[in-house]
Amino acid sequence: MQNTAVVLQLLVAGIGTGSIYALIALGFNVVFKSTGAMNFAQGEWVVMGGMISAAVFASASSVGLACLLAVILVAIFGVLCERLVIWPLRRPTALLITLVSIGLAICTRGFVMLTLGKKPVGYPGFSGTATISLGGATLQAQTLWVVGLTLAFLLVMHVFFERTMLGKALRAAAADREAAAIVGVKVETTILISFGIAAFAGALAGAIITPLTLASYDQGAMFGFKGFSAAMLGGIGGLPGAVVGGLVLGLLEVFGSFYISSDFKDAIAFAILLFILFVRPSGLLGRPDIVKV
Amino acid sequence: MVSASPVSGTHVAPSAARESLRMQPRSRFAIWRSSDHVRLVLIWLALLAVPFIAPNAYVVSLANLALINLILIASLNLLMGFGGQISLGQAGFFGLGAYASGVLNVKWGVSAWLGLPAAALIAGVAAFVIGLPTLRLRGHYLSMATLGWNAILVVFFNQFVSLTGGPNGLLGVKPFAFFGIALDTEQRAFPVVWLASLLIMLAILNLLHSRIGRALRAVATNELGADAIGIDSFGIKLMCFTVSAALAGIAGSLYVHVNQYASPDTFGISISILLIVMVALGGSGTYWGPCLGALIYTAVPQLLLNYEDAELMLFGLGMLVVLIVFPGGLAGVPDALRRRFASWRHP
Repeated sequence: MQNTAVVLQLLVAGIGTGSIYALIALGFNVVFKSTGAMNFAQGEWVVMGGMISAAVFASASSVGLACLLAVILVAIFGVLCERLVIWPLRRPTALLITLVSIGLAICTRGFVMLTLGKKPVGYPGFSGTATISLGGATLQAQTLWVVGLTLAFLLVMHVFFERTMLGKALRAAAADREAAAIVGVKVETTILISFGIAAFAGALAGAIITPLTLASYDQGAMFGFKGFSAAMLGGIGGLPGAVVGGLVLGLLEVFGSFYISSDFKDAIAFAILLFILFVRPSGLLGRPDIVKV
Repeated sequence: MVSASPVSGTHVAPSAARESLRMQPRSRFAIWRSSDHVRLVLIWLALLAVPFIAPNAYVVSLANLALINLILIASLNLLMGFGGQISLGQAGFFGLGAYASGVLNVKWGVSAWLGLPAAALIAGVAAFVIGLPTLRLRGHYLSMATLGWNAILVVFFNQFVSLTGGPNGLLGVKPFAFFGIALDTEQRAFPVVWLASLLIMLAILNLLHSRIGRALRAVATNELGADAIGIDSFGIKLMCFTVSAALAGIAGSLYVHVNQYASPDTFGISISILLIVMVALGGSGTYWGPCLGALIYTAVPQLLLNYEDAELMLFGLGMLVVLIVFPGGLAGVPDALRRRFASWRHP
């Protein structure tokens, strides 16, 4: 009985962490699909989401409102970034966009540090600091909020990509840029929107995890690497891939640090991740790219 | 060539590399080649003056650092600029070389001169093992594998405290010694770093102009095309990745024996990513690009020291401006200006 409680507790914690990675991986995937580039600024948006929420909460004292405002602000920031640094590129190759996103990440980190400070910040969860007992395990209510909100966001994204005209246009542009342009999709606009969605997903992750972990300006790189890994693990590109990759990475970390060693948490997670990639190079859910020559 | 997928991964064919592949008349080719050699030797001869004209030891230490960074960035440029493969773990190989050489020295008293080839060997073997499963595939696999590898290495540097000193760093590394004289000051260490960087830059130049170098650029430009004319593209990529990591290992060994210290922070993934940016800023796939990249990487943080908190943001802004205005890197600027000037005169 004791053992099941421990496993349950770890399971929920892993799914909570995994949800955050899934959100970041989703942002990563959306930009990757539309540009072919690895977006290293993704992690900075996570931090921005958390830090802006904290700043707004300090004056508005409503957590929900603060988070909503922060997420919207960061999404606008993401769109602005695309217009300011990606759009002016004359020949936007995947590699150049990747490099520019590194510059953008460093810039954003500096900007966040200058405007929002160097100290780690936090705020109470959506249900205060309430805890829930379940089968002998004690869970923080915020973890459930994290899982629930991630699920809701994923559902909205699914409907957006499957049912709406704009979502379909994004998928068309990702599948074949030129063909999409021929049938009237504005490819440049789809890149703009993908940056907006990526920033939104990142900021949402930051806003909902900050009550559990605090946010500080220098965490962005770590979030970015984890999100990238989750995206690769699931099979880069798809929505389900991001979810599976995120959850697997989150569970690996939590169980690895409990049963083996918390000091080697990252090493264990990455070693297993590399093993999976060696065995299944296209990721857990991905299909290999077929390139005609 | 028609690609069915717009997201064909990191299979980059750097324009600069393609440019230098352009066919040149044979006679002119020989002159151009020798002049790159001559230029290299002349610049390095001029560099010999640095310890004599430098106002203080600090400037010499920066020169040492710049030359070590040059080896590191040139090694990544070989892989990324000429080989078209992106490694997110170059700082990891740098660190592996530094810790291999440093730990051998501190724990078992192995001399720095033996540590240097040992570092190259260990980093090279590690790269070979990682390259075997990943380089057969195209796309982001090498990036992901090297990122994971670097993350694992950093954990090991931090956690094997008894061997590496953990987060406090590896202390008590002996410097290079020359006939019983310890090269323990910046001025005395300079000749070692100077000679190593010169030899490595010469080796890279010769490699690029060899049959293997041409095959490497062919693979980077079009892998299937290269396969079709009988180049073993997997073998070439694996060799390039191994050599690149071994050179980074040499840089690591030099670093640890010149500074007599190593700390895990120096070898993180963020540093790997910065190195990629430095290759791009200098001019990815150009021979002289890494020199500019190393200069920027060493000097700019010093110049920005006065701005304290704004340093990070200014650094990022500068990076963005250069990348947007000169996507080919700073090494391509004179050519770009010349071409623009020519098009003004003959519209």
